[in-house]
Amino acid sequence: MIKIAVLVKEVPDTWSDRRIDPGTKRVDRDGDVVIDEINEKAVEAALQVKESGGGEVTAVTMGPKNALDAVRKALAMGADAGIHIIDEALGGSDALQTSAALAAALGSRGFDLVIAGNESTDGRTAAVPAMLAERLGLSQATFLRTLTVKDGTVTGERMTDDGHVEVRASLPALVSVTEQIAEARFPNFKGIMAAKKKPVETLGLAELGIAAGDAGGANSWSVVETVAAKPPREGGTIIKDDGTAGQKLADYLASAKLI
Amino acid sequence: MSQVLVLVELAGGKPAESTRELLAAAAVLGEPAAVVASGSAKELAAELGRLGAETVYASSAEGADSLLVTPQVAALAAAVEAAQPSAVIVGSSPDSREAGARLAVRVGGAYQSDVIGLEADGTVAQQAFGGAFNITASAAKGIPVISLRSNSIDGAAAAASGTLVQLDVSGDTAPTTEIVSRHQQTAASERPSLKAANIVVSGGRGLGSKEKFVLVEELADLLGAALGASRAAVDAGYCEHNLQVGQTGTTVSPNLYIAVGISGAIQHLAGMQSSKTIVAINKDENSPIFDIADFGIVGDLFTVVPQFMDAVKARKNG
Ligand SMILES: Cc1cc2nc3c(=O)[nH]c(=O)nc-3n(C[C@H](O)[C@H](O)[C@H](O)COP(=O)(O)OP(=O)(O)OC[C@H]3O[C@@H](n4cnc5c(N)ncnc54)[C@H](O)[C@@H]3O)c2cc1C
Ligand SMILES: Nc1ncnc2c1ncn2[C@@H]1O[C@H](COP(=O)(O)O)[C@@H](O)[C@H]1O
Repeated sequence: MIKIAVLVKEVPDTWSDRRIDPGTKRVDRDGDVVIDEINEKAVEAALQVKESGGGEVTAVTMGPKNALDAVRKALAMGADAGIHIIDEALGGSDALQTSAALAAALGSRGFDLVIAGNESTDGRTAAVPAMLAERLGLSQATFLRTLTVKDGTVTGERMTDDGHVEVRASLPALVSVTEQIAEARFPNFKGIMAAKKKPVETLGLAELGIAAGDAGGANSWSVVETVAAKPPREGGTIIKDDGTAGQKLADYLASAKLI
Repeated sequence: MSQVLVLVELAGGKPAESTRELLAAAAVLGEPAAVVASGSAKELAAELGRLGAETVYASSAEGADSLLVTPQVAALAAAVEAAQPSAVIVGSSPDSREAGARLAVRVGGAYQSDVIGLEADGTVAQQAFGGAFNITASAAKGIPVISLRSNSIDGAAAAASGTLVQLDVSGDTAPTTEIVSRHQQTAASERPSLKAANIVVSGGRGLGSKEKFVLVEELADLLGAALGASRAAVDAGYCEHNLQVGQTGTTVSPNLYIAVGISGAIQHLAGMQSSKTIVAINKDENSPIFDIADFGIVGDLFTVVPQFMDAVKARKNG
């Protein structure tokens, strides 16, 4: 039986009007937040590994109070337990700090396989998984669109800019998955009810052993200096095709020296 | 002047296309130096010198090109030790981004992702939410490790000597992942890459089928453009996933973006709305793509695109 940790994150809904708060210079998390779609897929991948060879899945998140919803969603889908890293002092963490907190939480628990999304939709850094592999000394098999775990070995196809490579690593390993990996299952009523009884552990700075002087936005490695909303685009010319639109488009692009 | 390290990716044993731009960016911050994992370093050094590297750090660890990311991290870490650089710059491919991310952990660096501009004082420009917000940031502590989005910096660094320095990475013990085989898309190699192209032609679900998607491929080839797609088109199997533009695909900002049969969902716009000129062809006048189009045509793409292509050919010949 292998122990699997799946990393899930609550993010501003991509369908909503997402903003950076110009005051705090941080992502505004007061609007609609949901579990990142890529993390639902990561949970699905974890459950499939469990179903194929036996295992136990723990959903891990770091974030404010409502981040717990992401863990609950994973539990409703079928994960067995949750870990919620939450502390006022962790607010405004950058990728380095987030990976340090996740590493502290996962560190001594003996996970064989850690599964993350390849890239979050809010930060889009695609850095946390690689950083975590570095911190925990795990083999890193990331950006996978297929995943097979068998006999202590992870194999899969890693996306590249112009194709893919096939990779192979031994457990313990960290995997990140791309959105091609699988369609996430919908939690059913039974799953949602069962999720309420599953254990969720809460960890703060003290439990993680992170010094206050290393935590949060005030101590981040990178600092945001300015934030400016981009001015809306000027309205353009919209024409209805009267049988000459293709010609008009060619004229327009030629006069703008674009073709 | 302190050195600024650039991670060189290799394509067929040669410095990848991105190298010129990365060295140009390094020249903004200090004296450009290149770092390569593996290879016949001597020939590479001469080439990298021409591209602007004063020093070329090379680690010829066994099997570096059949292991994922870790050989690059080891080379970078050893080069950081040797050069004590003021910054490290990596590219925007998954390999380079991840090598930079791990390096930042290993050497105590400030990782700055998806940078689109940088200044001599170390301030970097970034975007959030697909270009909806412009951000400037800087490193508060540690060595800045900057991942540069391709096509962000013009020009080139002045040619330099390319002096070769061999690195010893034998002490690196990080667990590895093996690259078992490589698969390149055949069609991909003939078109410009999405990230670097001047013109991008993208097709959406409006194309209707894989067979009919060929129409946007032909349009792209006629214009010498890169080919892109919406997620719906990718999910429907019209084309490869690497072509997806948007929130969870590639972010592009070409001079000209032509959206064909794409509705303009917010997640698609997040990957292309900073294109300089946007053209949209869609039969539904209420499609949100028209809100950001500089030139929009409400019409059937199967009549508009062929006519447009004829008009372009006529201009070329005329
Ligand atoms: C977390 C998340 C991430 C996402 N990431 C991305 C992403 O990276 N990229 C992305 O593209 N999407 C992404 N999406 C999906 C996005 O929400 C849309 O579903 C998708 O962009 C729609 O693609 P489309 O415009 O091709 O299809 P549709 O919305 O179905 O639009 C097809 C359009 O074609 C037009 N049309 C049909 N026939 C013709 C014709 N003959 N002539 C002219 N016009 C015609 C129709 O009027 C319609 O507007 C994401 C969604 C989520 C939730
Ligand atoms: N705060 C977090 N809590 C849990 N997982 C996270 C967190 N941040 C990032 N991750 C994981 O790392 C992946 C990539 O995120 P990022 O590096 O921010 O693009 C996400 O899809 C998650 O799986």
